[in-house]
Amino acid sequence: MTAVAPLALPALPAAFQQSNVDYLAILPLLIVFGTALVGVLVEAFAAREKRHAIQVGLAVVGLLAAAASLILAAKHQGVTMGLTDGSTNRQLFALAIDGPALFMQGAILLMGVLGVLTMAERFGGVGPDAFTPSGASTPGSPTESAAVRAGALTSEVFPLTMFAIFGMMLFPTTNDLIGMFVALEVLSLPLYILSGLARRRRLLSQEASLKYFLLGAFSSAFFLFGTALLYGYAGSVYFGDLSKAIASGPLAMNGLLLPGAFLVFVGLLFKVGAVPFHAWTPDVYQGAPTPVTGFMAACTKAAAFGAILRLAYVGLDTGRWEWTNALVIVALLTMVVGAVLSVTQTDMKRLLAYSSIAHAGFILVGVLAFDRKAVGAVLFYLVAYGFSTIAAFAIISLVRQNGAEATHLSQWAGLGRRYPVVAGAFAFLMLAFAGIPLTSGFVSKFAVFSAAVGTGGATGTVLAVVGVVCSAITVFVYARVIVLMFFSEAPDDGVEVVTPSVSTTFSISIGTLVTLALGVLPSALLDLADRASQFVR
Amino acid sequence: MGTLVQTFASSSSTLSTYATGLAGHAGEAHAATGVTAYAWLLVALPLLGAAVLLLGGRRTDKVGPVLATALSWAAFVVGALVFFAMLGRGAEDRAVGIDLFDWVAAGSFKVSAGLLVDQLSMAFVLLITFVGSLIHVYSIGYMEHDVDKRRFFAYLNLFVAAMLLLVLANSYLLLYVGWEGVGLASYLLIGFWNYNPAYATAANKAFVANRVGDFGLSIAIIVMFFHFGAVDFATVLGEAGTNANQGFMTAIGLMLLLGACGKSAQFPLQSWLGDAMAGPTPVSALIHAATMVTAGVYLVVRSAPIFEAAPTAQLVVVIVGAITLLFGAVVGCAKDDIKKALAASTMSQIGYMMLAAGLGPVGYAFAIFHLLTHGFFKAGMFLGAGSVMHGMNDQVDMRRFGGLSGAMKITWATFGLGWLAILGVPPFSGYWSKDKIIEAAFIGEGWRPWVFGTAALVGAGITAFYMSRLFFMTFHGKKRWTDDVHPHESGLLMTVPMMVLAVGSAFLGLVLGVTGGISTWLEPVTGAEPEGAHPVLPPWLLIVLTLVLIAAGAGYAWMRYWRDDVAVTAPAGSLATQAARQDLYQDQVNEALLMRPGIHLTRSLVFADGKGVDGAAGGLAALVGGTSSRLRRLQNGFARSYALTMLAGVVAILGALWVIS
Repeated sequence: MTAVAPLALPALPAAFQQSNVDYLAILPLLIVFGTALVGVLVEAFAAREKRHAIQVGLAVVGLLAAAASLILAAKHQGVTMGLTDGSTNRQLFALAIDGPALFMQGAILLMGVLGVLTMAERFGGVGPDAFTPSGASTPGSPTESAAVRAGALTSEVFPLTMFAIFGMMLFPTTNDLIGMFVALEVLSLPLYILSGLARRRRLLSQEASLKYFLLGAFSSAFFLFGTALLYGYAGSVYFGDLSKAIASGPLAMNGLLLPGAFLVFVGLLFKVGAVPFHAWTPDVYQGAPTPVTGFMAACTKAAAFGAILRLAYVGLDTGRWEWTNALVIVALLTMVVGAVLSVTQTDMKRLLAYSSIAHAGFILVGVLAFDRKAVGAVLFYLVAYGFSTIAAFAIISLVRQNGAEATHLSQWAGLGRRYPVVAGAFAFLMLAFAGIPLTSGFVSKFAVFSAAVGTGGATGTVLAVVGVVCSAITVFVYARVIVLMFFSEAPDDGVEVVTPSVSTTFSISIGTLVTLALGVLPSALLDLADRASQFVR
Repeated sequence: MGTLVQTFASSSSTLSTYATGLAGHAGEAHAATGVTAYAWLLVALPLLGAAVLLLGGRRTDKVGPVLATALSWAAFVVGALVFFAMLGRGAEDRAVGIDLFDWVAAGSFKVSAGLLVDQLSMAFVLLITFVGSLIHVYSIGYMEHDVDKRRFFAYLNLFVAAMLLLVLANSYLLLYVGWEGVGLASYLLIGFWNYNPAYATAANKAFVANRVGDFGLSIAIIVMFFHFGAVDFATVLGEAGTNANQGFMTAIGLMLLLGACGKSAQFPLQSWLGDAMAGPTPVSALIHAATMVTAGVYLVVRSAPIFEAAPTAQLVVVIVGAITLLFGAVVGCAKDDIKKALAASTMSQIGYMMLAAGLGPVGYAFAIFHLLTHGFFKAGMFLGAGSVMHGMNDQVDMRRFGGLSGAMKITWATFGLGWLAILGVPPFSGYWSKDKIIEAAFIGEGWRPWVFGTAALVGAGITAFYMSRLFFMTFHGKKRWTDDVHPHESGLLMTVPMMVLAVGSAFLGLVLGVTGGISTWLEPVTGAEPEGAHPVLPPWLLIVLTLVLIAAGAGYAWMRYWRDDVAVTAPAGSLATQAARQDLYQDQVNEALLMRPGIHLTRSLVFADGKGVDGAAGGLAALVGGTSSRLRRLQNGFARSYALTMLAGVVAILGALWVIS
């Protein structure tokens, strides 16, 4: 990043300031990005039969190394990648390495490991089982069958995942609107591709991918339009400048501020699946390969909420009286629509999609409490929810009928009698989603709702009450799944739970254990989240 | 940080210094010393038993039942020691708090796990450990030939541990853990013989009804936290008694009541109890008669300050109690299955307790009093029913019994004492406790004493009829046995617990009631009886009325079921009889009101999706089969409308904000 000073240009001030980059602070980001690049090279040069093992190993090692390097980065907190403008003393830094950013990076890295391990499931085949061997071919075409016969495999999903993780880590770390937009696109583009690569029911998958892409592009347009309006208002895209400009800005310009702020939020709320920007969620969750769905649900949500937190608490904090009401409406809608629609779902993946929408609403309640404690609660919630979700989707990927995933609710009837361990784990995760005590779900809901009541004022209380009522509605949904698994007669339709390899077993057990551990002894992580809740400016 | 959370945090930190207590009633609880400090053993011992038996596997098959029974008795010994230590202190110093550990302690909220040993929880501890241990002993005989009895005893121990945790918890959150624990044990034990599909269905029903109830309790806890910023008894009950918002108290009270209704099989969540009789009989005696089903009464009495602050919720408690006591009594009149008749009776008797608990300070002590006597006589009768079944090849149809008094003398005598007790014949236990409830129900102003008092009074008459019917049909009249049975008395392992419980049925009421000991004992927790509260009718008249009704009910039963012959197959019966046999159509009502709309809603939505409907096969074919093209067509259409939704959402929200500002 060392820039050569263009001395010949007279328009620039004589003393060109070099950008400050603290490489240790951004080491985790660099490691993940480097691993992704190496993965592309592996794809080009490694022999086909060795590729899968190399790619999985590389991705896991890269993620763990990045997670380890977070310890170094934590000692180099502060803003970086930019400069302090000498004449105006403006802080023009692209990245903010602070508690929330590092916490989110760590969470994304660890959940990413579980995600990659779930994607790596082969069930004894050559390539990852969830992905089609030939993504570019028409479903059912001779090209596709030729690729299957030739033993083609889609090991490029791993570098794609690494690029996505890089974007996700960048997302809550960026300190200006343009950087945030770039991160948004970096994380989204690989996900669009990954969503379209399902091995079975490929039309559904491709359609999910296209739809995700179209609507994603649509929401990006909102984000950019909002950015333009905010730039018009503040004359800068840096969060620090925005905050100062709003604090001292002329009231006459408020016509730009509210729409600008809200439109930027729309771009981010789209990613977390908040209503009314949620329509893609059920379709994409259903169509995408199940391990990808789990990965998306956990990590994208974490990254996007990290970005929402930074925007709300650092960039637009001074103007929050303008835009809070808009987000309150969105939060209310999200909780109610997510909870109510989940009641009538008959497909397991769609059910969890609506559940994820409802959870986004609960997390928004925490965001809207505007307090340091609330930041800690939101961070905790994202980790708790993420681990449970990855494990839940990994279990869904094991329930099969004639080799294809059996995601219809009726196919899960009586599963608990034949596979008590797997169904028991799934039932436990359902209880966590429902927020029953002794699961992480209870602690996280408790934390965000108590933060909302504590510091959110009357609005916070209303939000929390609606949140409690909505979680009440969703309990019914989850209880129904449990009842179905354990008390219904199993139809004789050959639904089975296939035996997973070590990697999937590992993801499921870790996800379930974390859900239990955070429910029984949440103190350690709550403490960590609490200590990591301070933003730098 | 907000005041609420601060209150919560500070209250928890003070907890760790001077422990808990029921402010407002008992004053501060004292820190535990001496044997009381070991009260945690009460929960730990049976829990250890359950762990050893479940984890030990087949190796513990032989020693398991004895070990479980020994640990249960050990818990009783600890309970008795703690009780005597408590007796040694003055009435105001008896409540003791024991801090265990900081359960959740970080960030914005704190909950510490601890026990509250006071007069109320000790009454329960003694009942649970004593009756529980007796039933352990009985089970050794009853389950002798079951191949899987190790698992059975593990669940029993688990139940005892969870129930003790429930009554000893010092916060609603820890109570909830015990609450779920007893629910789990109950579910496991009802379905213990789950190779029988009907039994598994029964477990299912209990599960669903209890989920509805638990759900109410969890909402109550959450609302509580919002309002008080705490969930421990000391803070919540202390503040409920002083400065509480009545609307919030009513909400919390009603939600607590919903929880109590689920656990205690009260109207409208009572339908599961009859089916729960599918479990082994000792389970019915311990869980579904003496202890777990009374947890709802405990919850209401423990939450007394909340209900005191919410007269509406209190009234609803009384109404629920009155409805259930009549409901159970009517159903009990028509059941031919001896265990189901006893279950209906349990429901009805808990209705009495609920009613008393809803009456306020005039009733709390009597609710608990009746709960204790009922624990003895009903458990005794269930064990008697088990003994009868044991001797009759596991038959339960009373129309096939009759004249058993000769063949099973001990069972007849012990059951007879329980029968006299539940009827309320002086001087047996039930007389002292039930009569007090009837008297308390007649206290008050306006229409209430007349309605609730009459319900309690009439209930006593019906109780006399159906219990006498049960007793006469089983032990007296002509023998109506099937050819292959040879009734015989059960072994000592089974009869000794029955005898001990029969002694309790006979004298417990006398001991606790005649001295007024139970009211005095519980007074620091439940508050003093208000002075000058008199029933609207003179007490002597109430006693006479009650006894006349009891005599009439028992006499009518004598005519019908002892003097006259009883048909071996049930006659068609009147419409009322048929309705009562069907649990007053409770299942049908549930189905029509709750299940069908849900199913229809789901189905119509599935139709709207254009997918197959008819259960597994249809939905499967529609989804996995060749409909992906149709799905694609549907969804292609939606992509545009998705984008439109987003745009409309943005415009609508921005528009709304502009209008507001």
